[in-house]
Amino acid sequence: MKIICRCEDITEEDIIKAIREKGCTTLDELKHLLRLGMGPCQGRTCIPLAARILARETGKKVSEIELQTSRPPVVPVPLGLLAGEEDEND
Amino acid sequence: MRIDIHPILQFDREREISFLYNGNKIKAFEGETIASALHAAGIKVLSHSIKLNRPRGFFCGIGKCSSCLMRVNGVPNVRTCITPVEDGMVVESDVQQLPSAEFPGSNKEDISVDILVVGAGPAGISAAIEAGKRGVSVLLVDENPMLGGQLIKQTHKFFGSRKERAGTRGIKIAEELEEQVRELEKNGKVKILPGTSVFGYYGGGSSHMLGAANKMSNVMYHINAKKVIFACGAQENMLSFPGNDLPGVYGAGGVQTLMNVYGIKPGKRVLMIGAGNVGLIVSYQLLQAGVEVDRVVEAMPRIGGYSVHAAKLRRNGVPIYTSHSVKEVYGKDRVEGAIVAKLDENWNFVEGSEEDVKCDTVCLAVGLTPSARLLFQAGVKRDYIPEAGGYVAIHNMEMETSVKGIYVAGDSSGIEEASTAMLEGKIAGLSASISLTGRDSSTTAKMEEYIKTLEEMRRGPFGSKAREAKRKILEEASNEGI
Repeated sequence: MKIICRCEDITEEDIIKAIREKGCTTLDELKHLLRLGMGPCQGRTCIPLAARILARETGKKVSEIELQTSRPPVVPVPLGLLAGEEDEND
Repeated sequence: MRIDIHPILQFDREREISFLYNGNKIKAFEGETIASALHAAGIKVLSHSIKLNRPRGFFCGIGKCSSCLMRVNGVPNVRTCITPVEDGMVVESDVQQLPSAEFPGSNKEDISVDILVVGAGPAGISAAIEAGKRGVSVLLVDENPMLGGQLIKQTHKFFGSRKERAGTRGIKIAEELEEQVRELEKNGKVKILPGTSVFGYYGGGSSHMLGAANKMSNVMYHINAKKVIFACGAQENMLSFPGNDLPGVYGAGGVQTLMNVYGIKPGKRVLMIGAGNVGLIVSYQLLQAGVEVDRVVEAMPRIGGYSVHAAKLRRNGVPIYTSHSVKEVYGKDRVEGAIVAKLDENWNFVEGSEEDVKCDTVCLAVGLTPSARLLFQAGVKRDYIPEAGGYVAIHNMEMETSVKGIYVAGDSSGIEEASTAMLEGKIAGLSASISLTGRDSSTTAKMEEYIKTLEEMRRGPFGSKAREAKRKILEEASNEGI
C-alpha cells in the first residue's frame, strides 16, 4: 500500500481512482472528494506527491497543477484557544 | 539508543526526569522532546492512522508531518517532536475519546510591532538581527523549542565564502546567531517567542494581522505587524512506495535531529535513499554516531552531492548505487528490510535486479519543498519553479513579495543553503527596516554589499540550480513590477 496522505490515509490507488473514475482534474477536487491535504499537517507531505500523480494521469506538467487554497490554521490549534473565553484572572 | 561517545558532539544530560506515557513511567532527560525521549526508550510506533489504523512513527522531527500527535496534559493533537518533555507530564497516544467540550480559559495577548519575523532559522535570525540593530521593534517567532532552525544539527563544516563563515560547523554558527539575537533581546530591541506557532494570516493593508499560539502554555497572540518577513524553511519530500509510512522510514532531517540534537540513534542499520549533499552528509553523520549504513541508493545516473562527501563514505566502506531506488519497504509495525532495484532510462525498475536489504531504518533524502503556506494566505504572487523546489513566492532582489510589506527569506523563498539563507535574511531585514526608516547612503551601500556577496556565493558550479531558480524568480518579479 502506497500511502500519499499520511493524515487521512489516502493511497496512490485512491487518488488514481478519483482521477480516472470520478473525473478529478485538480488538487482542490481531490480535497473535496477524498479530504486530501485536510488533516493536521495540512498537505505538507502529500501535496507534492499528489501533484505528480495528477500531472502524470492528466498529461499535464507539474507546473500546471494549481495548489489547493491555503487557509488558517496551518498547524493544529485547540478550539478552546481560538474561541474560548479569556481567563478573567489575568 | 542514546549516544554516549561522539567525535564532534557532547550531549549534556544533566537532569534526569520521568513522565507517564499511556500509564507507563518513561525516563527522559531535561531538554529532550517527548518524541525523542520515547524513541530513546525504544518506542517507535507513536500513533496509528485514523482510518486504516496503520502504525506511524517519527518522520520529520520538526513539527511538519504530524505523525507524532498525542494528547499531552489533556491538550489534544500536540506535536510531540517539538514539545519539550517535562517532569511528571502525562502523555497519551491513540486517544479514542474526544477532548472535553468545556473550553478552558485562554490567555490572549495583543502585540503590535514594526517587523514580525516568522521562523528563527538561519534566515529568520539574521533578519531579526539586521532589523533589531536598526532601531525598529522586532518580534521573532518560532514553533521549535530551540532557536537556529536546521543549523542546530549541522555538524559539518560549511563550504563557500570565508567571509560568510565557510569552514565553520553549522552548530557553531547557530550558537553565534543565537548569542547575537539574545543580546538584542536583552536590550529590548527584539522580542523572541520560541515554542509558538504562527498559524494564520488574517488580512493586511497598512499593517498585517496574524495569529500565533503557544498551546502548551495556553496563550494566543494577536499580532499586528507593519512588515512581515516569512522565513519558514522547508519540509522534506516523501516518496511513493509500498510501506512508505512504516515506523522506521524517516526523513533525513528527522534522523539528523534525533542523533545530532538529542544524541539518539535512529536505529542500527540504515538504507539511505538519495545521494545529494543531504543524503551523503547524513550518511557520514550516521557512521559518526555509530550506526551502520548499508548503502546509499540514488535514482539519478550520477551522484548529486559534492565528491568529497561521497569519497568519505566510500573510504568507510559504504557503497553508493546510482540508477537505483527503493521498490518496497517491509515489516510488521516497523521496518525490517527493503527491496532496492535498478532503474532503466525510463525510470522503471529492471526486472530481476531486486536486492533485499536488511535494515531497521530507511532514510529519505529526496529533496525539500519550500514552506510557504502563510505567504500564500497573504495572497502573494506565486509560481512553480522546479529549481526552487516547488511553488514559491515571487520576490525582488530586496526580498519583497508582490504584497507590500511582506518579505521572504531562506528556504521558503526557494531551496538553497544555510549560508545564502543568512544573507537573504540580512537583505530582508535591511529592506523591511529601510521601508520604515527611509533609505540613506549608508543603507544603500550595505544593501549593495549584501546583494553582491549573495551573487558571488551563487557563482560556483554548485550554485547553478539556485542561480537558475533565482534568475527565474527575479525575472518574473521584474515583469510583474514587484
